[in-house]
Amino acid sequence: MPLNDLIRRTRQGQPRAIARLITRIENGAAAAEIIPRIYAATGRAHVIGVTGAPGSGKSSLVNELAKALRRRDYKVGIVAVDPSSPFTGGALLGDRVRMQDLSGDKGIFIRSLASRGNLGGLSEATAAVVKVLDAAGFDTILVETVGAGQAEVSIASAAHTTLVIEAPGMGDDVQSIKAGILEIADVLVVNKADRPGAARTVRSLKMMLQLGQAMPVNHHGRSLQTTAVSPNGMENDNFWQTPVLETVAIDGTGIEALLDVVLAHKAHLQATDGWLKQEKIRSRREVEQLLHARFMEQFQTAVSQNDREQLITAIANRETDPYTAVAAIFAQINE
Amino acid sequence: MDNFKPRILVAKPGLDGHDRGVKVVARALRDAGMEVIYTGLRQTPEMIVEAALQEDVDGIGLSILSGAHMPLMARIMELIAEHGMTDVPIFLGGIIPDEDISRLNEMGVAGVFGPGTNMDKITAFVWEQVRTRA
Ligand SMILES: Nc1nc2c(ncn2[C@@H]2O[C@H](COP(=O)(O)OP(=O)(O)OP(=O)(O)O)[C@@H](O)[C@H]2O)c(=O)[nH]1
Ligand SMILES: [Mg+2]
Repeated sequence: MPLNDLIRRTRQGQPRAIARLITRIENGAAAAEIIPRIYAATGRAHVIGVTGAPGSGKSSLVNELAKALRRRDYKVGIVAVDPSSPFTGGALLGDRVRMQDLSGDKGIFIRSLASRGNLGGLSEATAAVVKVLDAAGFDTILVETVGAGQAEVSIASAAHTTLVIEAPGMGDDVQSIKAGILEIADVLVVNKADRPGAARTVRSLKMMLQLGQAMPVNHHGRSLQTTAVSPNGMENDNFWQTPVLETVAIDGTGIEALLDVVLAHKAHLQATDGWLKQEKIRSRREVEQLLHARFMEQFQTAVSQNDREQLITAIANRETDPYTAVAAIFAQINE
Repeated sequence: MDNFKPRILVAKPGLDGHDRGVKVVARALRDAGMEVIYTGLRQTPEMIVEAALQEDVDGIGLSILSGAHMPLMARIMELIAEHGMTDVPIFLGGIIPDEDISRLNEMGVAGVFGPGTNMDKITAFVWEQVRTRA
């Protein structure tokens, strides 16, 4: 099908067109052709990142959140990212197993993506796929990623609201809770609250949040004041206090309350300048990534594989240094 | 396409509740370099075709041990046709009597594999089926 037709049908919300457009983006350079034609129609959707350790219950929670969103009449797009094998390039994408309740609902579209060797754990195509779903008219887009360091940071810059999922018994001590999650979590969720130790995990997380408030926290890459009370003693409206909620994703306990908080965060972003700030963080990251990719492309065209290897060897042998080498490459590209 | 990776939906329709075999196939396809979307047990034909459509898969692998392969496959093939997806190869594993195999082939099923089929044979077959879709 010609690209124009695919895009038109995607805008009308036709599932097969959406699915095919996503495949084109995943498989090649088509994003450069597609995104410029849909970008103006994006920006409406509320993008929610769901991250956390393997097995913490992310897919089960996404399933419950999607049902709750549907009860409130939101159309829901879901992107579920699982890792590719670094050895074979293959992937086992199993998140749909936990999302079977959602089938048969035309207001829901689920797409599984493999990370395809992206170090961030977030598929390179993810941001583009989110835009396709946004342009197709989905009000809320849930993005599930495996919590693996860099992936958490990249999902936080791609999402308006980031949920970090913990489960009890995965190391409840303050010291063992992964460093960095406070910086990216807009909402902390202790799932599997039916299991022993949930209360302890909640307490540990709350304690960590309080400790964190003693010092400035770099929130989504911007520096935020971290006390709820500003220096003059007044409530600070710009401050979002990261809540800690308990859920049981296998029976739906706590889901409505979680959704209330997620929507409150969206309202908070919209009422402050948070929404625009988040859009700028995403935009900056995308521009930087594209620049990086385009520059590497140019570099690889301008300097042959052989010359590149010789250069690297020369640096390794101390015959030249990285700075001189890069200056020479730039001179060659600019010729 | 620069980065073509075959995407294969693997599912188990019907009511029998064992997924050992189908998971072995899913892992074998992954280890052969494919992206496998595994949707689990007790899938209705509607669920399977909806997932295949949203995931825009290049192939569909099903495991049916319950003996209900004829009615299940008839319904699945009907839905596949309804959604204009007849170009997606479908392969089937399970205990299928010989006389049913030819009927399944006539319905458009690309391959039928009995229990204990060598995994390399299955992955080679799937690669052959999807290669042209790159
Ligand atoms: N007891 C209990 N089990 C849960 C709960 N939520 C999820 N599970 C179970 O935990 C297991 C993992 O759930 P998933 O939803 O697949 O977890 P995930 O984080 O998406 O896993 P990956 O995508 O593999 O990282 C499944 O067996 C779920 O049934 C819960 O609230 N309580
Ligand atoms: Mg999952």
